[in-house]
Amino acid sequence: MAIKNVIEAVREALREEMQRDSKVFILGEDVGRRGGVFLATQNLIDEFGESRVIDTPLAEASIMGIALGAAFHGMRPIPEVQFSDFIWPAMNQLIGETARACYGTNGALPVPMTIRVPYGGGIRGGLFHSQNVETIFFHTPGLKVVAPATPYDTKGLLKSAIRDNSPVVFLEHKKTYRLVRGELPEEEYTIPIGLADVKRAGENITIVTYGLMLHYCLEAAEAVAGEGIDVEVVDLRTLRPLDKETVLNSVKKTGKLLIVHEDNVTGGVGAEIAALVADEAFEYLDGPVTRLCGPDVPTMPFAQTLEDEYMPNTDKIAQALRKQAAY
Amino acid sequence: MILELPHVGESVVEGTIGKWLKQPGDKLTRFEPLVEVVTDKVTMEVPSPVDGSLLKILAQEGETVPMGAAIAELETADGSSGAAPTPASVPTTAAPPQPTPTPASTRQAAPTGTTGYLVRNINPVGPTGGGVGTEQETRGTAQVEETAPVPPAAPTTGEAPGGPSRPSPAVRRLAKEHGVDLAQVRGTGLGGRITRDDMMRHVEGKDTAPAASPQPQPAAVEAGPDEQHVPLTPIRRMIADAMVRSVTQIPHAWSTVEVDVTGLVALRAQVRAAFQQSEGVDLTYLPFAIKSVAEALKKYPSLNASWGGDKIILKRRINIGIAVAAPHGLVVPVIHDADRLSIAGLATALRDLTQRARQNKLTIEDVQGGTFTLNNTGALGSTISYPIINHPQAAIVTTEAIQKRAVVRDDAIAIRSMMNICMAFDHRINDGAESGAFLQGIKSRLESMGPDTPIY
Repeated sequence: MAIKNVIEAVREALREEMQRDSKVFILGEDVGRRGGVFLATQNLIDEFGESRVIDTPLAEASIMGIALGAAFHGMRPIPEVQFSDFIWPAMNQLIGETARACYGTNGALPVPMTIRVPYGGGIRGGLFHSQNVETIFFHTPGLKVVAPATPYDTKGLLKSAIRDNSPVVFLEHKKTYRLVRGELPEEEYTIPIGLADVKRAGENITIVTYGLMLHYCLEAAEAVAGEGIDVEVVDLRTLRPLDKETVLNSVKKTGKLLIVHEDNVTGGVGAEIAALVADEAFEYLDGPVTRLCGPDVPTMPFAQTLEDEYMPNTDKIAQALRKQAAY
Repeated sequence: MILELPHVGESVVEGTIGKWLKQPGDKLTRFEPLVEVVTDKVTMEVPSPVDGSLLKILAQEGETVPMGAAIAELETADGSSGAAPTPASVPTTAAPPQPTPTPASTRQAAPTGTTGYLVRNINPVGPTGGGVGTEQETRGTAQVEETAPVPPAAPTTGEAPGGPSRPSPAVRRLAKEHGVDLAQVRGTGLGGRITRDDMMRHVEGKDTAPAASPQPQPAAVEAGPDEQHVPLTPIRRMIADAMVRSVTQIPHAWSTVEVDVTGLVALRAQVRAAFQQSEGVDLTYLPFAIKSVAEALKKYPSLNASWGGDKIILKRRINIGIAVAAPHGLVVPVIHDADRLSIAGLATALRDLTQRARQNKLTIEDVQGGTFTLNNTGALGSTISYPIINHPQAAIVTTEAIQKRAVVRDDAIAIRSMMNICMAFDHRINDGAESGAFLQGIKSRLESMGPDTPIY
């Protein structure tokens, strides 16, 4: 199998799905001639033409509204939000309309739409190129939310998202684009939405995480392994619908849970998981459920030192694991 | 089946029966209006939930009843209890279900000696000791309530049966499943907490710890006419356990030296005001003592050690615990890697730890990892102590009160500032030779301090 990075996985999934289904098309800022600011759509305009790879104005509400209208008419649009930080103008289209259309029309208007959203920090992107936006979509029924962390998962889940008849917010962590590499099979495959993946098996502590943080968690698990702390790392991959079974099974096995995410701590994905575990695995807990998350500051700071302070990293995770282990 | 007054909306808690649209014996069709109900928000018609007939009216016209109360008895067409979930024989007006009593076995599973008190919530505590930098005394340093600190609640204390904190849900479940008395399980977790693994070891019979508490439990005694019996706080009990553990397990030997700190007193007097101005910290004598101890430990590593049963465990890091009086009792926050800090750095670190100790804001890390303990007993005017080692460390040192004394120098009587340093050491690890050399090392370092000693 070839070793590829995340951005290549995105591009392969897009190309294959566009070849497979003529209803699939891409629209967004600079996705055509420029091939996207991260080159996710590089050369796709040459292969599929301007009618299926559409350069749009800088107007996210319009991008999303057009995509929604096209989906109503049987198309399978893939709108790209250039940076998650700029998704907010499209919120009415996404939360107000897209998420509710199918339910509100009693199933008459499904929205087979995949919203690609590069997100996340740790790249010195500062105020407007680092935001984590997942919690708001995570909260919203009617949407599916996918946040893979490896090339393999990215390609398999993106293909599933494009084929899904529900709107899928597909979160791609910018820092993983070129930092994370892995094997991609030559042959066709998909990964079902809604399944978490145990990326590392262990007996003492469960980490639940997703996105870039997965890789830091795996490093931290390795770092404390020599100290006799055997960590299981669960990669959610899909945030909504949440794979409760995998999370609960792991926590029931280990009795301890650390949740790691980059998004702000309060009311985040971790809060929901903590509640789930308190609810359904209470009698298995052997220590406090803890979260290591981004602090409650309004946005990612630009200064390197402050960004480092904001971001969870391998050392911070290893410390949190030691604390859990000692309890 | 029983027809209940349906809940019609938030904030509406009761309704008044307006008019029965059917009389007992009348046939009913599902969804056919049955009764008018008046609430303070709306007047509504309650439909029949079933095909059948009205058997009996339970709430008369004009009667005000709470939501959920039974208002009629119906018979369904097929004679069964119908769609309603409640069997007809059960009055649905009953009070809300009583909380299920806790099964006795669960209650018995709680460990002895705990009162639902979570040690980790009050900051891990060991010793009850002196706050450093208190105002009153001559030396302006630590105030001490007792001559010896106990280990912090956190690490390495596995012996206390039962453990000081409430057992986790997993442990309680396992105790119940296996019929285990938690008081018999040895806890190896934080502060002696019983972990899930401890439970499993116990269940599998691999827990070889003595089943009973090492302390004889005195029989309950009624308070006499001239007595007041004060129940132990969990911290008091922990301190007691730690003290007993230390004196029963470690063969203590004691030694004392006199130190001429005239130069140190001059040094501190010279820099104190400037230091206060530039650092915002009152410079006490304690940082100088810590510095001297850290340097001496570096030179005599067998004092920075613990007894390992079949070996001696030398510690690479020099982490010095300082006894501090906190509101709930003695704590021993730790200055980690004290050998790497200047006197100024030690003063700042000390101020930070003592302040947070008094505010109950110490973290687990703050009290973990100590390798040696220093206790400033002189803060209360003590001139000699027999300290108890902070188990499982190799030794403890006290700094006693500084007093001007007449001493002999060059065959003449001189007035010098003198301080005693007292040490207890684990005689399994060290003999008098090493311990004495170590004590002399502290003494010579303190005596060499003077107005030229750098504090940065």
